[in-house]
Amino acid sequence: MAETMTIGKALNSGLRRAMEDDSKVLLMGEDIGKLGGVFRITDALQKDFGEDRVIDTPLAESGIVGTAIGLALRGYRPVCEIQFDGFVFPAFDQIVTQLAKMFARSGGRVALPVVIRIPFGGGIGAVEHHSESPEAYFAHTPGLKVVSCATPHDAYWMIQQAVASDDPIIFMEPKRRYWEKGEVDTSRSLLPLHASHLLREGTDCTVVAYGPMVRVAVDAATAAAEDNGRQLEVIDLRSVSPLDLKPVYESVRKTGRLVIVHEAPLTGSISGEIASKVAGECFYSLEAPVMRVTGFDVPYPPARIEEEYLPDLDRVLDAVDRTFTF
Amino acid sequence: MAKANAARAGSRASSGAKRAPTRAKSGGRSAAKGEVRHDPEFVQLLTPEGERIEHPEYSVDFTDEEYRGLYRDLVIVRRLDAEATALQRQGELGIWASLLGQEAAQIGSGRALATQDMVFPTYREHGVLWCRGIDPIMPLGLFRGVDFGGWDSRAAKMQMYTVVIGAQTLHATGYAMGIAKDGKVGGDDGEAVIAYFGDGATSEGDVNESFVWASVFNTPIVFFCQNNQYAISEPVERQARAPIYRRANGYGFPGLRVDGNDVLASYAVTRRALDAARHGEGPSLIEAYTYRMGAHTTSDDPTRYRIASEVEAWQQKDPILRMRRFLEQQKIVDSAYFEGLESEADELAVDLRARVLALPDPAPASMFDNVYPHGSAALAEQREQFAAYHAGFEASTVEASTVEGGDH
Repeated sequence: MAETMTIGKALNSGLRRAMEDDSKVLLMGEDIGKLGGVFRITDALQKDFGEDRVIDTPLAESGIVGTAIGLALRGYRPVCEIQFDGFVFPAFDQIVTQLAKMFARSGGRVALPVVIRIPFGGGIGAVEHHSESPEAYFAHTPGLKVVSCATPHDAYWMIQQAVASDDPIIFMEPKRRYWEKGEVDTSRSLLPLHASHLLREGTDCTVVAYGPMVRVAVDAATAAAEDNGRQLEVIDLRSVSPLDLKPVYESVRKTGRLVIVHEAPLTGSISGEIASKVAGECFYSLEAPVMRVTGFDVPYPPARIEEEYLPDLDRVLDAVDRTFTF
Repeated sequence: MAKANAARAGSRASSGAKRAPTRAKSGGRSAAKGEVRHDPEFVQLLTPEGERIEHPEYSVDFTDEEYRGLYRDLVIVRRLDAEATALQRQGELGIWASLLGQEAAQIGSGRALATQDMVFPTYREHGVLWCRGIDPIMPLGLFRGVDFGGWDSRAAKMQMYTVVIGAQTLHATGYAMGIAKDGKVGGDDGEAVIAYFGDGATSEGDVNESFVWASVFNTPIVFFCQNNQYAISEPVERQARAPIYRRANGYGFPGLRVDGNDVLASYAVTRRALDAARHGEGPSLIEAYTYRMGAHTTSDDPTRYRIASEVEAWQQKDPILRMRRFLEQQKIVDSAYFEGLESEADELAVDLRARVLALPDPAPASMFDNVYPHGSAALAEQREQFAAYHAGFEASTVEASTVEGGDH
């Protein structure tokens, strides 16, 4: 059954369905109750499921994650909302030293099915700390899994899969795409949570992206086809950790070229990991070095120049062009 | 181990002669000589001299059997702790965090727990582990470096040791929220949580956040702070300008200070606080005023930051010494009892040592176990590469030994 909805609404519907499916699912966060969250992702859920299951918490992120861990130890499945990407850091210790490691610490006896939702990325004209892309910190932490949705269909299903998973999941939501609409097939999910997805087939260059940059990659492919007939193959990673790179290897063996796109700063980022893996797996297929189109190694800039920081269609096409100069 | 913990102190079902306190407490810590008054800020039921005193709010009658049981706990956990320190000195443990001096705070609070209560410890709660019936080898496995503790936290109703200071107080608070959600408060069979932490932890944000959460959600939790006067080298004055227990007032729940070297008082106040929590009366803070008589861990050198006379003064308030004086003065036991107990503790220590030395190192590839409940294809790949790398050595070792064998 296909319905048209925004990514924000798809997340809301997915959370609703997860709560209907399992009475142990709780939502926790700042302003998520009556207000429905600053982005309204939890809109009306408190009204329908009660204050006991949709909890407006005190304003302290470490407390949100730390008490969620305790609730998970008790048998609940908490879904925490961190209001903005840049506010996750007070909870960083609880996520990295506790949530990620307690399954191992318990000798594999006690799983912690906690989901941490983080609206991330820029492009909304916000002030400092409201536009960041901190996913690499979490991807670098064993014990966590990190995913990001890019379409309403994935938003609807991936949030449910994340809630159903016993692994701790960092769920990165592309905040500037919350209002973009698409088809959601509410009858079936098609893909497991940690699988990448071939979005558009092509023969000349592979473009890999996740979260808010998937749209940019798809637009670049459309523009390339119109501009000079180059056929770009676009892959939505979906899972940042663990990476599902087999479709990427297969694609690069076909195209010989790879451009990776993300908003996060360049150094120490996910794209470096992908480039290294692809160099190892596709060494004899590569026609050019792996190119990366990313944010820069700077504090996220003031909003009036953020579009100069964010990868866009032109920067992606420029990178594609450069792969043809070798 | 069943034998070791057979006599659970504090069981109200046990019969036997109850021994009333000898007199009301005279002279709080700051009271003038001869003045009789209760210090509401310091609960004590047994003086350092071994005198059993009364407290208007925290009166508990113990049977002789219970007194003996508590004393036995104190002696055994100190003996096992000494054995662990010795094992570290001999290179058999990487490090050891001794509980020396804090036995009464841990045994008193640990024996006050109901079976259904859940414990969230730091990394020094060896005495509480003992009260939970957990094999004392478990923390030694952790400090030897063969695992992360090894006990089943659900079966034992005691979570794993937490090394990051204060982090567990939030877990405890969340768990207590879950108890309330499950409707398991409001009666004698209600569940409560106890969260252990130290004076240093009270400066951590997580501890303060847990106070906020526990208060606004009215969770069934007891915050049990062992103020042992030091956070490694830093005295408590570097963490707090006002007494720690008074912080509770600012968060909206009761707090009190107990003589943490008094096992009877530690038991009484903890039991009262846990019962209040399980009956839905919300959180409370207990500051157990005690002293870390040894080093922070075996890596520490306390002579660099505190003087001998301070340690000597606290030795006069030793938790075991005062209990022994009381048992002797009241003729609850005879000298043969002490000798028998000493032998029993020694035997347990010898057994513990033998079992620690026999602990096998974990298989190298076991580091890949238990990272994710659902596994990870990427991690499985690393594990395969690791196994293949090691298999290469094994193959060459086999080849070498085959060649060597051929020479003979």
